[in-house]
Amino acid sequence: MATEIEFEVNGGRQRVKEDGATPLLLALRNNLELRGTRHGCATGNCGACAVLVEGRPVTSCNTPVEAVAGLTVETIEGFERDAVGKALLGAFMNEQAGQCGYCLAGILIRAKAFLVNTKSPSRADIAEALDDHLCRCGAHHRILTAIERAANELSGGQAA
Amino acid sequence: MSAQTISPSLTDNPLCSDWLTFEADGRVTLKTGKVEIGQGILTALVQIAADELDISPDRFDVISGHTALGPVEAGTSSSLSIEVSGKAIRHAASAVRKLLLTEAGTLLQAEMSNLSVVDGAVHVGGRDSSLTLSSLASSVDLGQSVMEFASPKQPGERRLVGTSMPRIDLLHKAVGEHFIQNIALPGMRHGRIVQPPSGVRRLVTFDEAALASKFPDVTIVRNGSIVGVIAETEAVVIKAIELAAKLVTWNEPEPPPKNIFGTLRALDNAPEVTADKGDVAAVTGKKISLTVTKPYIAHASIAPSCAIATWTASDKIEVLSHTQSPHGLADGLGVVFGLDGMNDITVIHKPGAGTYGHSGQDDAALDAVLLAKSVPGVPVRVLWSRADDFQSSPAGCAMVVHAEGVLGDDGRIASISMESLSQPHAQRPGRGGFAEMTNAALLDPPLPVTPVSADVPPARGGGADRNATPLYAIPNVHVQKRILQKWPVRTSALRGLGGYANLYALEGLMDELAEAAGQCPVAFRVAHLEDKRAAYLIERVAEMAGWPGPSGEGEAIGVAVSQYKNKSAYSAVAVRVRLDEEVRLLNVYAAVDSGEAVNPDGIRNQIEGSIIQAASWTLKEALAIDGDRIATDGWDAYPILKFSEIPEIEVELVDRPELPSLGVGETAVGTTGAAIGNAVKRAIGLRLLDLPLTRDAIQAAINK
Ligand code: FES
Ligand code: FES
Repeated sequence: MATEIEFEVNGGRQRVKEDGATPLLLALRNNLELRGTRHGCATGNCGACAVLVEGRPVTSCNTPVEAVAGLTVETIEGFERDAVGKALLGAFMNEQAGQCGYCLAGILIRAKAFLVNTKSPSRADIAEALDDHLCRCGAHHRILTAIERAANELSGGQAA
Repeated sequence: MSAQTISPSLTDNPLCSDWLTFEADGRVTLKTGKVEIGQGILTALVQIAADELDISPDRFDVISGHTALGPVEAGTSSSLSIEVSGKAIRHAASAVRKLLLTEAGTLLQAEMSNLSVVDGAVHVGGRDSSLTLSSLASSVDLGQSVMEFASPKQPGERRLVGTSMPRIDLLHKAVGEHFIQNIALPGMRHGRIVQPPSGVRRLVTFDEAALASKFPDVTIVRNGSIVGVIAETEAVVIKAIELAAKLVTWNEPEPPPKNIFGTLRALDNAPEVTADKGDVAAVTGKKISLTVTKPYIAHASIAPSCAIATWTASDKIEVLSHTQSPHGLADGLGVVFGLDGMNDITVIHKPGAGTYGHSGQDDAALDAVLLAKSVPGVPVRVLWSRADDFQSSPAGCAMVVHAEGVLGDDGRIASISMESLSQPHAQRPGRGGFAEMTNAALLDPPLPVTPVSADVPPARGGGADRNATPLYAIPNVHVQKRILQKWPVRTSALRGLGGYANLYALEGLMDELAEAAGQCPVAFRVAHLEDKRAAYLIERVAEMAGWPGPSGEGEAIGVAVSQYKNKSAYSAVAVRVRLDEEVRLLNVYAAVDSGEAVNPDGIRNQIEGSIIQAASWTLKEALAIDGDRIATDGWDAYPILKFSEIPEIEVELVDRPELPSLGVGETAVGTTGAAIGNAVKRAIGLRLLDLPLTRDAIQAAINK
């Protein structure tokens, strides 16, 4: 049964008319036409679809859209609105961290939530924070380096 | 040199305008049949063209994998894009420059030697002439022969080639809606089919009424054993197809297939001998043999296969697909639907997530066309489920490899024999005028059965036998393969083909022979290498890794070296592992020689990625098979290497600007797997022969 569900996405108020059980992933991509969030496994196992809900990373493929009613959602489209997002994206490009790039949106989202809450993480801390994210291309090494680099920039250049 | 020897792509696309055109706004369109699959190929091709034309790379647009607008080239596979398309483009761009500058010389009444180009602007004697290459292009016929006018720059004159230009597409791929999975065409509907458990099953019953009553608004499509649905929204399609899958029954295959390794070991069809030198039977000495088994593995792309198809009112088909072979797919679809692949079907490549071979891309396209046919004029998008992608994509071959070496009394290798047993490694659509898509055989009327594939011939680097022939100078060598045909689990190309398993066996054998000879594995290899490029790399990587390093005590370094396909890029890999309950990768070092490096950082990226992927295969990956079908249905059942398991990686390139560029996407997969096997042997004294080297496998080996 379709109902009206209202929430905030990337700073703007949005309303979708959807069955409340429909995954947030599909509501974002199809109802709101924000297709930067990636459709991966759709079973909560790969991390490709991660978005921030109230600043916390969730896999949008197994989050019903009704669960975010009244809450704030950030997707990759809104990623660069703050300093952490800018630093991360810049670092990923500088390191050329990625190959096909499909996993990157979810990983960037996760990395942002992590860096907001963790100052000066070690490489091992970063790796552990990303363990729910899969990358088939083997871009892991560069992704870790890019996140280290962004963390370093954000802390004013003091290496972890 | 003839066009064919420079690049086969120039034989099929001989004109300058096949490769390059200029737009009125001054932008340049570069056209290639090769497609971006995450390897950075389009960036490298732009670098090559921009260098020859002296036009800044940011003025280029690329048409890639478009069967109507681009050149006809073979699919993107075998690490051949730089070698084939890159060379063609270099020659074409140089010919275009020559044609345009000749015209400039006439207009300006200047000697050719007095003309130069600065970012597309023609200079005379160092001064801007106000003519540009793109303005000249409007009055010059570019429909002229590349070979007649080509004169590529000398290596020393190139400015962009050899630099690590950033990828032209990476930002869009990180944050954008760049993928086929993200495309929404106007009026598009969503569809899926119930994937048959395997190609040997046939539909027995389908309760169509039950589906229709629950989902009155969906269009149900039936054809032979195929049941599909089309709906306005993706959410509805997902639910409808889940129900439909419960409303069908399938026949049980006869007779039930046996275990794949037993079947492979028992093959007694005539072997194909792919290398034979001296007489291995006549050799005497210390004999060492080992047999490696490698399970089926998945392409396991992060995005499931996807396609969008439109069947027009005038019976033309347009398909958006992440296929690696747009022309092959068009031909294959032509066979299925009785149309002319060349004229009635347009396939346009759109990027997907990395698949590293022939996964479900082409099959998803068939599904989409099949559904689109019942709603003419409406684009239909098919996105497989993750389970479909594991179960209905062709798998990477299961293999058995026998390796045997004889050590002579002089401490040198007297002979090596290799036998590779597997299914065919490449069964892409359109091959030999057949569809090569599983579901094509399940339609009504069924298509004629595809003849068996003879596997990839040695001239194209071989399939099951790829890299089975030792690179070493050995007096007696025998290499053969036996191909299992007509097996229900469908197989096709996955990164490196048979080379991965063959090198695991062959380079493992090299370490065993070195041990038997009482020699250091690195020195032993060097002593048997006449190929100086390979010898340099193995010594270099040993140095990088601090060889010989610790030995025993659960920690050790292993090494391996090869030349991909015995004719492409070289790699030597050293891996440092620690064994506690499982294999922990600490460091991986790679030394790589791929001739002239077009984009060094792009090459490093490919090598790093292939090391991690091959490490994942080696330590973790195996598809579960249940009779005729793949049982693995998700990531829980198919773990791949995680971030916290990633080793430190160091890659060193040997740049050889004077030598032709060689593709690097696959060269390090075999050497990585083999180096891990060799490191484990040196760490715990056990040679593990059955892949993958999981925690359970290690425990079982230790306890034996
Ligand atoms: S798509 Fe949501 S976790 Fe994979
Ligand atoms: S870059 Fe391709 S999946 Fe991560």
